[in-house]
Amino acid sequence: MANERKDYELHTLSVLVENRPGVLARIAGLFRRRGFNIESLSVSTTDDPTVSRMTIVVGGDDATIEQITKQLNKLIDVIKVQDHTGEDVVERELSLIKVSCEPEQRSEILNLVTIFRASIVDVGANTMMIEITGTEDKINAMLELLRPYGILEVARTGKVILARGSKTT
Amino acid sequence: MGIKAAELLVHTLIEEGVEIIFGIPGGAVLEIFDAIYHHRDKLKFVLTRHEQGAAHEADGYARSTGKVGVCMATSGPGSTNLVTGLAAAMMDSSSVVAITGQVATPFIGRDAFQETDTTGVTMPITKHNFLAMSAEELPRIIKEAFYIARTGRRGPVLVDIPRDVSRTELDEDFPIPKEVSLRSYKVTLRGHPLMVKRAAEMIANCSKPTLYIGGGVIASGASDGVRELAERCNIPVVYTLMAKGAFPDNHPLCLGMGGMHGTVAANMALNTCDLLICIGARFDDRITGNPKEFAKVSKKIHIDIDPAEVGKNVKVDVPIVGDAKAVLQQLLENLQPKRHDSWLEQVMDWKRNYPLTYDRSSELLKPQYVVEVTAKLTNNSAIVVTDVGQNQMWAAQYYPCSRPRQFISSGGLGTMGFGFPASIGAQFGNPDKLVVAFVGDGGFQMTMYELATAVLHSLPIKVIIFNNFFLGMVKQWQDLFFGGRHSATMLHGNPDFVKVAEAFGAIGFRVQKPEELQPTLERALEVNDKPCIIDCWVDPNEHVYPMIPAGGTIKDLILPPQFRHKKQELLEQVAAAHAAAA
Repeated sequence: MANERKDYELHTLSVLVENRPGVLARIAGLFRRRGFNIESLSVSTTDDPTVSRMTIVVGGDDATIEQITKQLNKLIDVIKVQDHTGEDVVERELSLIKVSCEPEQRSEILNLVTIFRASIVDVGANTMMIEITGTEDKINAMLELLRPYGILEVARTGKVILARGSKTT
Repeated sequence: MGIKAAELLVHTLIEEGVEIIFGIPGGAVLEIFDAIYHHRDKLKFVLTRHEQGAAHEADGYARSTGKVGVCMATSGPGSTNLVTGLAAAMMDSSSVVAITGQVATPFIGRDAFQETDTTGVTMPITKHNFLAMSAEELPRIIKEAFYIARTGRRGPVLVDIPRDVSRTELDEDFPIPKEVSLRSYKVTLRGHPLMVKRAAEMIANCSKPTLYIGGGVIASGASDGVRELAERCNIPVVYTLMAKGAFPDNHPLCLGMGGMHGTVAANMALNTCDLLICIGARFDDRITGNPKEFAKVSKKIHIDIDPAEVGKNVKVDVPIVGDAKAVLQQLLENLQPKRHDSWLEQVMDWKRNYPLTYDRSSELLKPQYVVEVTAKLTNNSAIVVTDVGQNQMWAAQYYPCSRPRQFISSGGLGTMGFGFPASIGAQFGNPDKLVVAFVGDGGFQMTMYELATAVLHSLPIKVIIFNNFFLGMVKQWQDLFFGGRHSATMLHGNPDFVKVAEAFGAIGFRVQKPEELQPTLERALEVNDKPCIIDCWVDPNEHVYPMIPAGGTIKDLILPPQFRHKKQELLEQVAAAHAAAA
């Protein structure tokens, strides 16, 4: 198992790329071909419509991460690669969680939602849908607490990340 | 009055200095071929017999001239036939631009006739590729393609052009961009001064240095710099297959090729030196064997234009990212003359005592002898193109080269079938030079249809076939590692290559005995208006030695039979060097 190797660590990379068709395929192809594993990926355009930001969470030892960074930089459509490991950053994921919920359980769940500063976005006869943003750990914690009620479905985005303060990628 | 994008494409190609294109037309590129027709006075088109031939010819042209080689094919099978050639160019960092037709934009993604996802297929085997979805962007894309192909770490670039795009009319005065500006592509040429200084200090303080040079030296034109460094600091030089010719074989400091079939002197130097200076090479497994054991007692300096190569296969102490020529100049500014007499004495001992050798008294025609005689009769000055396998290794071992771009071979991909078409490209690029292709009977049959192209253009290439009726290198591995079981390596049903030559309108010769070789070659060398096939029936049981088996170390070295009794001596020297370093 790759992730049992020593000094295996998750790194979060911000990759700024040209906003062109096929760029995602180039990045994905690179990871596949060189045997790197993407743990999470989120892609969207930036304030500059010609540039997309990919936030890629990838695991590996230092040499692997260095090689990933260098290989990404080699792609002509990649403008910049930044490894945020060890940096002061804000990181967020968003999750939609549908739980089964009898009417009498609604207040219990509402309590949990309040504690986590999440929100209820849909209520059905026997279900509730919760929207939560936060770090991966926070979302995992929420999921654990909701599990006893019966989680019906979860949609989870990849992680996005920005450095704090005036520093930019 | 407008101008068609295809016409503008041809203008752009001419502006980029393209003089020759290799390829085959087809439905999706008809507009482009029509434009080529109108400019046939400036742009020579070479019709090949298969697109693979076109790709290798463009590659051979590029490697032998230093210019960008261009090939062209239609959509679908035309473009997929280029794939092997592009992969070969990619692995050896060769400047090739491939232009392919694509089905019209409304049909893309609908599995139209002769549609292939060409950019998808070629993504991992090109440095970059483009799909031109509009006529307006085509001139810019072509400019960028050439710029990317010939700068930084060279490599092939493919441009896929849908047929409706090439047919689109633009304004007569539609501008071709003068400059290329790519915000995401910046090449570092000069090395980091601190790293250069550190490297200079290491060179000043070492006692057993070895230079290990690769194809990057040729790409950057750094041969003179390498020579200056070697001579000023008395450093022996080991080259990779890709760098053959970058440092003269007859130079006293030259130890020859390193790696799997490298010389004893080269591999002993690599594995006992205390400082390895790698320039434009990538610690490929054919050089290192087991990378963990390779040159393990040396400090390592790695100069490479591609940051991703530094630290990829082997850990290095001083990485210098930059162009070999520029970095060598910086390095030389920081270096005083230096001697390493006892180390050089040691290295020269290896060179003297373990030369490349074979049984010269054999009554059979030995392939090494064929190369030696060819070298003698061509004054060591022909452009030598090889195929892949034993022929390649013997050519590399026994043909002394003295200038960059003199030796052309598919190293990284090891493409059988590369040699003959690449020699056609080399001859087109060097009409006044003699071109010799060393090929095996197996590889030659993979692309021998290109004889038609060579005959049509009266190319006086000398194609020397090492005909052993086997896939020789595979047979050698079967002999050594698979109990001599020749599974599918005997080439039953080989054609009569003399008749093949004649059928195409070339000249065929056959050599079966050593004494027939020289007179036959002399006759072939007199021919100057058509290709000559010299079918040499060589000893099928000859092996390439020395050999370090794949993934092995210097300890696994297999010496030629003449020196096998002396292996222990070498191993003791390796052990002593390793012990001294520890």
